[in-house]
Amino acid sequence: MKNNILKIVIFSFVIFSLLVFWQGLKKNNNYDTKNLIGSKISKFHLIEINNINQYISEEDLKKNKFTLINFFASWCAPCRTEHKYLLSLTSKNKDIKIVGINFKDKKKNAINFLEELGNPYNFVGKDEDGKISILFGIYGIPESILIDSDLTIIKKIVGPIDNIQYNEILKLVQ
Amino acid sequence: MLSNIGIALVILVSILSSLIIYTASVNLKTSKQVISKNIYTLSLFQTTFTALSFFTLIIGFINSDFSLINVYENSHTAKPFFYKIAGTWGNHEGSLLLWINILVIFSYLFLIFNHSHDKKFRLYTLIIQNTLILGFLFFLLLNSNPFNSIYPIPLEGLGLNPILQDPALAIHPPLLYVGFVGCSIYFSAAMASLISGYGGKLFAKSIKTWVKISWCFQTLGIIVGSIWAYYELGWGGFWFWDPVENASLLPWFAITALMHSLIVLEKRNTLYTWVIILCLSVFILSVTGTFLVRSGILNSVHTFASDPSRGIYILLYLSLMIFSALIIFFLKYKKETNNFNLRSRETFILANNWFMVFFLVTVLIGILYPIFLDVLTNVKISVGPPFFNIVIIPLVIPLMFLMAIGPKFGWIKSQNKILYKILILICGAIVINLFIFYFFGAYSLLSNLIFIAAIFLILHSFSDIIKSIKKKVRFELPRIISHLGFGLLVFFIGINHQFSIEEDFNLKVGEVKKMNNYEINFEELKTKENKNYKAVIGIFKLINHRNNLTQNLKPEIRIYSNPETLTYEAAIKTKITSDLYLTMSNVSRSDYYNIKFQHKPFMIWIWISALMIALGGFIQLILKKK
Amino acid sequence: MKIKIFFFISYILIATSAYTSENQNNLLEVYKNLRCLVCQGQSIADSNSDFAATIKLVVQDQFKEGKTEDEIYKFLTSKYGEWIVYQPSFSKNNFLLWFLPYAVLIFGGFIIFAIVRKTKYNRVN
Repeated sequence: MKNNILKIVIFSFVIFSLLVFWQGLKKNNNYDTKNLIGSKISKFHLIEINNINQYISEEDLKKNKFTLINFFASWCAPCRTEHKYLLSLTSKNKDIKIVGINFKDKKKNAINFLEELGNPYNFVGKDEDGKISILFGIYGIPESILIDSDLTIIKKIVGPIDNIQYNEILKLVQ
Repeated sequence: MLSNIGIALVILVSILSSLIIYTASVNLKTSKQVISKNIYTLSLFQTTFTALSFFTLIIGFINSDFSLINVYENSHTAKPFFYKIAGTWGNHEGSLLLWINILVIFSYLFLIFNHSHDKKFRLYTLIIQNTLILGFLFFLLLNSNPFNSIYPIPLEGLGLNPILQDPALAIHPPLLYVGFVGCSIYFSAAMASLISGYGGKLFAKSIKTWVKISWCFQTLGIIVGSIWAYYELGWGGFWFWDPVENASLLPWFAITALMHSLIVLEKRNTLYTWVIILCLSVFILSVTGTFLVRSGILNSVHTFASDPSRGIYILLYLSLMIFSALIIFFLKYKKETNNFNLRSRETFILANNWFMVFFLVTVLIGILYPIFLDVLTNVKISVGPPFFNIVIIPLVIPLMFLMAIGPKFGWIKSQNKILYKILILICGAIVINLFIFYFFGAYSLLSNLIFIAAIFLILHSFSDIIKSIKKKVRFELPRIISHLGFGLLVFFIGINHQFSIEEDFNLKVGEVKKMNNYEINFEELKTKENKNYKAVIGIFKLINHRNNLTQNLKPEIRIYSNPETLTYEAAIKTKITSDLYLTMSNVSRSDYYNIKFQHKPFMIWIWISALMIALGGFIQLILKKK
Repeated sequence: MKIKIFFFISYILIATSAYTSENQNNLLEVYKNLRCLVCQGQSIADSNSDFAATIKLVVQDQFKEGKTEDEIYKFLTSKYGEWIVYQPSFSKNNFLLWFLPYAVLIFGGFIIFAIVRKTKYNRVN
C-alpha cells in the first residue's frame, strides 16, 4: 500500500515537472520591470539643465493630470526616432506634461539635440551621473514612465516609443 | 558533396543501430551462451561509420567548406587550423554528433570488454544503449543536422568569435562529454540488470571501470572549464554557480556517490537497489542538464544560441527516458535487507552518499526553482552564489571529517582504537589553524571550522600516505590522493577567500591609486593593430610597499571586427605564492577607465589540488589494469 | 544517538547563520550580490556595462549614508524587483527553496539512522 502511494507520488511529480519544463520553454527569458506598474515614484530632486537654481521635485508633478517622464540623451540613436512622438503628444493632449531627464550627457550636446529636433518638454532636468535614473527603476536609454496626479506609475516603456505605444499612451490619458 | 556523405553515413549508422537491436533481440531467445559474431561485426561497423561521419564534419571545417550550413555559421577561413578543428564540436549540431560518437564507442567497448558476464545482461544493455543512440540520431537528422547544406555557397563564414578561440575551451567540451555521455552505458546496464536479473557483485564489476572513466573525465572537464573562466572571462573568479556550471555539477555529485556505493556493492553485495537508482539518475541528470542549457529556458553567460524546437525534442527524449526507467524499476526491483553497523566503512560510504545527494538536491533546486516559480506564479527571482554558498559550505565541514575518518574503519565492524589517532590529528589541525589565525589575520568562526576540517583531512591523508609506503601497498593511494586533493582544494579556496585583496575603482591615464600595501600607477595607454583585432593596452605599474617590488601589468581591451565584439583581456601574473589580476574597461563617454585589481594568494594551488582529485581517479584506472 | 542528532542540527543552524552574517559592510560583496539587468548572467561586480557603473555609484552613496546591506537590497528590489538580488529573500514565496534542501538532508539522515538501528536490532536478536 505504502509502495503504491510512493509510486503515484513519484510519477505525478515527474509529470508535473516535465509539464513545467514544457511551459517554461514558451516563456520569455528577458527580464523587465513591468512589476513597477502600480507603485508610486519616489522622492527626487531634479535640477534644470540650464539653471542650477531651478529645480522640481515629485510634489510639482502632482499638479499635472498626467506626466510622462522621459529619459533621453544626445548620444542615443533610438532617442531620435522616438522624439517625434513626444512632440506629437504635447500637441494632441493638454493633460499630459512631459518631463525630460538628460541622462549622462553634456549640457551643450543636449541643448543642440533639442534645438535640432524640437523641445517637447515642459521641464528638462539633468542626470549627469545617472543616479536619478536608478530612483525611477531605469536600466536602458531611452526609457519613459507615465504617471498620474497621484504619482502612480501607469505605464513603463523600455526602449524608444513606437506607434503602438504612442497610441496606448493616448488611450490611457483619455 | 560532404553534405551527402555525412547524411548518408548518419543514416547508415541509424540502420546499423536498428539492426543491432533486432539481432540482439533474436539472440536473446537462443539458448547459446555466447553472443553471436554478427553482433560484434555490426557494432564494429557502427563504430567505424559513426567515427567517419565525425571525420567528415571535421574535414568540412578544415577545408572551410561553406556548403555546410554548420561550417558557414561556425567557422571562417582566417581561423587558425587548431581552432577550425575545435569548431567542429564547439557548436550545438557538431557537439550532438560527438555525443553520438561517444554513445556508440562506449556501447562497443562495453560489449567487447565484458566477455565474462552474463549473455542476457550484455544483450539487453546493447539493446537499450542502441535505443538511446537511435533517439539521438533522430534528433540529429530531424532537428539539428550538422550536414544540412546551403546554396548558393557563401564565400566566407560567420564564425570567428574570439572568445571561443582558446585551447582550454577547445578541449573542455570533449572532456565533459565523455563524462556526460559515458554514463549512458551504465544507465543501459542498470536497465539491463533489472530486466535480466543480473545483479550484485558481478554487476558492480561490469560497470566499475565505466563509472570511473566517466567520473575522471567529468571532474577534469569541470576543472578545465573553471581554469578557462579564470584566465579568459576577466572577472577573477572560477566558479559562478551559473546554471550551465551547475548542470555539469549535478551528474558529478551522482557519479561520485555511485563510485563510492559500487565499492560497497562489490565488497559486501549490498546496496544494489540504491546503485541502480544512482546509475539511472546520472544519465537522466546529464540529459536534464543538456535540456536546461540548450533549450533557452535559462539565462546564462554560457548558453549556446538557443532554439525552442531543440527544447521540445530534448524534453521528449528526457520524458521517454525517465518514464521507461521508472516503469522498469518499479516492475523489477526487489526489496533488500541491509546490514550496516555504525562503526563500519559501509556506513561511512552511505554517509558520503547522503552528503552527495544533499548537494545534488540543493543545486538542482537552485536551478529549477526560478523556472518553476516563473511558470507557476509569473514571479521572476534570481538564485545565485549566495544561496548555494550558504547552504552548501557549512556542510562541507562535516563531510571532510567523514572523508578523513571513514576510510579508517574496516568492513562490517571496527574497534575503538581508531579514535585515539583521530583525536591527535584534530588537535594538530586546531593548532595549525590557530597559527594561521594568529599570524595572518582573523577570520570568522565558520572559516576557522573550515580550516580545521580541511587541515584535519590533509593531515590524515599524509599519515595514510606514510602508512601506505611503509606497508608497500598501492591500492589505497588513489583514494588518498583524491581525498587529499579535496582537502587541499577547500583549504586553498578558504585561504584565497579570506586573504584576497580586491579593489574596484576608476582611474584616468596618469593617475595613481593608493591602497593598503599597493600602489597602482596608470602610466599610459597604447594601441596595437593585430591580424584580426585592435588592442587598447593599458600600462600599469604596480608597487608592493611591503617588499618594494615593482611589476608591470598590461590589461587589454580588444576590438574585433569580424564579428564585431569587444573583449577584455585581464593581465594575470601567476606565481607559486599568489596571482596578480588586473582588468580594465572604459567608462562610456569619459576618460576614465574602470579598474579591477585582485591579489589572490595561492591561486595556482587551487588548480593543483583540483587536478589532484582527478589524478587519484586516473591512477586508479591504470592500477586496475595491471 | 539523540544527542548526536541534536548536535548535528544545531551545528547546521549555527554554521549557516554564522555564514550569512559574515561580510557585512563590504562594498564588493554587495556588488557581487547584485545582478546586472542588461547582461547575460553577470553580477554588478563583474559587469563592465553602463548600468553596472551607475548602480555602483548609487550603492556607494547609500553606504556613505550609513545604510546597511539589507537596506540597499530592499531599495533596489523596490525599484527593479527581486531579480536584481542574487540571494533569494527569506519570504513566503521562497520558503520551499530554502526548506527543501534541509528537508532532504534530515530525511536522508533518518534513513541511515533507521538502517543502522535495524542492523543493531537484528544483531541483538
